[in-house]
Amino acid sequence: MNAIRPSTTGDPTLRTRDLAVGYRSRRQRRAVLERVNLTVEPGELVCLLGPNGIGKSTLIRTLARMQPALWGAVELGGTALDSLSTSDLARRLGVVLTERVAVESMRARQLIELGRYPHSGWLGGLTDRDHEVVSWAIDAVGANHLADRDVARMSDGERQRVMVARALAQEPVLLVLDEPTAFLDVPSRVELMGLLRRLSRGGSLAVIVSTHDLELALRTADVVWLLLPGGDVVTGAPEDVILSGGIATAFEGRHIRFHPEERSFRWLTGDRGTAAVRGDGLPAAMAKAVLEREGYGLVVEPVTAESLSLTVSEVGWHLSGEGADMSGDTFRSLAAHLRGLTQSNHDKEIES
Amino acid sequence: MTIQATSPPAVESASRGERHATYATREALVLCGLTAGLVLAFLLSLALGSTNVPIGRVIEVLFGTSTERDGAAVVVEAIRLPRSLTALLAGAALGIAGLQMQTLFRNPLADPFSLGISSGASLGVAIVVLGSGMSVAAAFGASTGLRGDALLIGAAISGALAVLGLVLIVSSRVANPTTVLILGLMFGYTASAIVTVLVGVSSPERLMQLAQWGFGSFSGVTWQRLRLFAPLTIAGVLMAAAMTKQLNALLLGDNYARSMGVAVRRARLLTMFGASMLGAVVTAFCGPIAFLGIAIPHLCRGLLGTSNHRVLVPAVVLMGGAVALVAQVVSLLPGSAGILPLNAVTSMIGAPVVVAVLLRSRRGAFAA
Repeated sequence: MNAIRPSTTGDPTLRTRDLAVGYRSRRQRRAVLERVNLTVEPGELVCLLGPNGIGKSTLIRTLARMQPALWGAVELGGTALDSLSTSDLARRLGVVLTERVAVESMRARQLIELGRYPHSGWLGGLTDRDHEVVSWAIDAVGANHLADRDVARMSDGERQRVMVARALAQEPVLLVLDEPTAFLDVPSRVELMGLLRRLSRGGSLAVIVSTHDLELALRTADVVWLLLPGGDVVTGAPEDVILSGGIATAFEGRHIRFHPEERSFRWLTGDRGTAAVRGDGLPAAMAKAVLEREGYGLVVEPVTAESLSLTVSEVGWHLSGEGADMSGDTFRSLAAHLRGLTQSNHDKEIES
Repeated sequence: MTIQATSPPAVESASRGERHATYATREALVLCGLTAGLVLAFLLSLALGSTNVPIGRVIEVLFGTSTERDGAAVVVEAIRLPRSLTALLAGAALGIAGLQMQTLFRNPLADPFSLGISSGASLGVAIVVLGSGMSVAAAFGASTGLRGDALLIGAAISGALAVLGLVLIVSSRVANPTTVLILGLMFGYTASAIVTVLVGVSSPERLMQLAQWGFGSFSGVTWQRLRLFAPLTIAGVLMAAAMTKQLNALLLGDNYARSMGVAVRRARLLTMFGASMLGAVVTAFCGPIAFLGIAIPHLCRGLLGTSNHRVLVPAVVLMGGAVALVAQVVSLLPGSAGILPLNAVTSMIGAPVVVAVLLRSRRGAFAA
């Protein structure tokens, strides 16, 4: 008996039908998102993206039945979410949240054993099979070295890893994570996303994770759900979503631009002229980054008299053109000179 | 970590890690030590008092191996045995109730009376003692065949239940546990305020009687009353023991508990009801016993280094009983005729112990 049940019915792991999520008070229902129709297939890693306050958390919480849907329905493996008992749901759906668990004097293995809750009897005694599943979950998240450590003394990244193992111990078909990387440092974020990707690669477990980490999500996800201002949802492979222009619509502001080829954002620092870089390798790439940050457009050859020409090598840089003729050996000094240049040009304009 | 590891083991095989052994050993050792301590404290509480009875004689009386009915046998059987059983049960009950409340509210300062239970009991007692006056009470008691202090028990438990009822009704509409805790505090303050008003208009003799009740005592529970007191407290403790699974899951917070299949609302109401009933029953029979409810769980966590309720519940029962018995012995000032208020003793011997345990383990029961 394999506990992660492959979908035998052909139903997707998760499907929403004209779902509306939001808040209800005594008098009224205020929808944050409406007419949401989404599906998740077994083995998919779905990243939920969108600007702050657009309803990512609300949607995630509704999908995990942590808050009721306003209208419409969520189906888990073809069964309406509302019709599942609390423990039936816990056997199919595991959850990891942003919040730090504040528990003292508990070893990781003990905490992960709590994930057997929906499978164990009313006194919570664990069978050999329960212990097997717990050991498997510890192994699956690569937490063998953490198993006997006190959870309270772990780093945030280690603790989230343990929380994922606990959710796995429920043997769910779907893992729902609400910004699990919010408190983590960059390496831990990458590791956690890598872990989720590996878990979903097993083929039967589907994962939905909401995150602010756009670039990491675009690199890792099988499917992206992008929430747009106005309540539209764009779905597809990361590349489909990029191509649709959705990322730019959702995130671009007055000062940043999304660069599809690099799947990343750049500052818009203004137009201070053009510059050409001579040199190669990493120093040239770094020099280009400095020019770009200081607001210069990059050209292959100096096109006008005002164009700067920058030569870089392993030992330093030399800047010429636009009345400048300077050298230095750090990019910090280069950046400082570029800023000074802009300032003196600005002064000249004021004088004339 | 491999791809194969992405589905759980399908075949059963018995391979428990040996590293569990060290923790299990420590837990077993502590539990054995606590049991021994409890037995010792129980015997001491029967032996020591205004007149000391040799331990050997106490054991003879306990097991009925002595047929001689001297004064010592009567003292042990009729006075000390019910008193010690009461102390044991009350200590265990308060410890368990404190453990439940601290876990439920994830607050190291929570205790059985956090929901205003003891204030409610005080209000009930104050109304009987100060408000209507004991003459009315005595008349009422005489007509119903109850003595005055039986009426006090009735008054305390009515007051406690009234406050508990209010808190449960209001908190079933409130999602946030902290709000429930604040509500309980507010109900408690309100009850205390009414008591203060009553105190302000009362005569000194009646105030003395109220103060007496406030000292706390295990001596008022006779064999007859134990027939009610024992089943109630034991039922409450068993109820907590039956809910260790939920309590463990609640350690991770309501959201995680719910996601793992805990019916959080039901578990919360049941736990609040169970813990408060324990607090109310003990308060009604023994007066408002301070300190044990908050200290016993901390002592046990510190000793065991775990927050697993499957271990903590038996440990708290043993520790609670033992500490209450010791406090009882000390309050009698063995060998003298004097008596210290029980409440003063529990706090005086307990507080330094808790401080020592907390400082030694260098962390509290809950992360900040």
